[in-house]
Amino acid sequence: MMWITMGPQHPFSHGLWTLKVKADGEIIVDAEPVIGYLHRGWEKECENRTYPLIIPMADRLCYSASMTWAHVYCKVVEEAIGIELTDRAMYLRVVADEICRIQSHLMWLAAMGTDLGNLTIFLWALREREFFLDLNVKLCGQRLTTNYPRIGGVRNDMPYYFERDCLRVVKRFEKALWEIIGLTDESAIFLSRMRGIGFISRKDAANYGLTGPSMRGCGVDFDIRRDDPYCNYDLLDWEVAVCNDGDAYGRYKVRIEEMFQSCEIIKQAMAKLESIPKTDPTRIKVPRNVPEGTHFARLEDPRGESLMYLVSDGTDKPYRLKVRSPIFVNVSAAKHMVKGVRVADIPAIMGTIDMCLGEADR
Amino acid sequence: MVVNIFMEAPSVEEIVVAVKRDFDHKVTVKRTGVRRVYMSCERDTIHSLCKYMHGVLNFEQASSVGGVDWVDHLQVVYHLSNYFNGVMVEITVDIPNDDPHIDSVALIWEGADWHERETYELFGIIFDGHPKLERLLTPQNYEFFPFRKSYKLRGQE
Repeated sequence: MMWITMGPQHPFSHGLWTLKVKADGEIIVDAEPVIGYLHRGWEKECENRTYPLIIPMADRLCYSASMTWAHVYCKVVEEAIGIELTDRAMYLRVVADEICRIQSHLMWLAAMGTDLGNLTIFLWALREREFFLDLNVKLCGQRLTTNYPRIGGVRNDMPYYFERDCLRVVKRFEKALWEIIGLTDESAIFLSRMRGIGFISRKDAANYGLTGPSMRGCGVDFDIRRDDPYCNYDLLDWEVAVCNDGDAYGRYKVRIEEMFQSCEIIKQAMAKLESIPKTDPTRIKVPRNVPEGTHFARLEDPRGESLMYLVSDGTDKPYRLKVRSPIFVNVSAAKHMVKGVRVADIPAIMGTIDMCLGEADR
Repeated sequence: MVVNIFMEAPSVEEIVVAVKRDFDHKVTVKRTGVRRVYMSCERDTIHSLCKYMHGVLNFEQASSVGGVDWVDHLQVVYHLSNYFNGVMVEITVDIPNDDPHIDSVALIWEGADWHERETYELFGIIFDGHPKLERLLTPQNYEFFPFRKSYKLRGQE
């Protein structure tokens, strides 16, 4: 029996964190994740800033899910003020969120490819991702830290020809994704390294607090976009990707299917935007001070359920802003995922969590 | 909208009625939105209430456990979520400053484990019965609780 410390600098740990594993020969009997290398007191910092100034900070919680983090922050403040968005702003947010989800999943797929030693997956996934980042540049001027949602709407309407470009990219991507799937699903090495490891049952997945694709890969049929809808997601026709396998490969399958569904959502949201007159405002004026009270909002991040809890005291700064990060909870379940597998299986299992330390450590 | 129907899930009204019936005057409960319920209780009730929420009302996940420093007292806030109907319950518990103890729910929901550790290190709230109450995000040798209002940032008064 010996403790092996993997990290903080280790090829499998995307970001700074440590996984201590107790190994009996090759078999892992116990594990303990260690995080906190990136803790910067995000929540405390927010108590010192006015409400609009926190939007760019929310972007920096996770570089590849910046849109959804800024969205959930704006959503909780909107709930506290008590305003309803216009339809146009809602669909613009849907489009932005889904672009963000696809590029985040592609980033995960690229990282997963290198974890398993397949550099072609890495290159092809990043190549596809660039098209979506270009859409981000068109929409908000930035590739990653987008700073696009605003309290009461979004920063700007679509630029000229954005709809055409967006539909082109999506149409192209739906074909290109099959090429990448050909690299993974038809590769004996990929399959043998992903199948049957890191198993979690449906009941345990719920109890450990897993959310997002990690949870749906274990057979929990729950998606906040469908079951607790926001931003008119309930008016669009799409399906939640669920897989009952519960192993690393199941979580991979869920993410792939989610990318297809996101394409579907983008296409439908674009059609809805078409039917809304251009004069519909994309942003409503909001008061500077937020009324006293406590509110929370949650939405479906690419990695799981992101929740913010806001305590406002009637001034222009939040009294307390709590962030519930999906990765923070998912990584705490790591010790159950790796029990009983071999040391060499750890990169494949931890890769399917889709680590992002910015939001976990906050 | 498609609704999960593969298992019985109580509606918001049923949750309110059930908690009122079984906890009588110990828990204040009210409906605050379409899929939102708010509750508040004393700290000696929280463990039995959480056990009830998990076992009877089928709240399979503790989404978050967090703290708030209200200067004259501390508060622990629980968010529980139900996978079958998308209902979210918020429970607040007030605890005094000079005796910051509360029962841990980490043995009911394993997902609450790290949230409680985080709340402990940032607010100094001690969760009795927690399997491993150690500092998680900040270094082990810290002796202060940075998210309390008495801990000032540079630039704050």
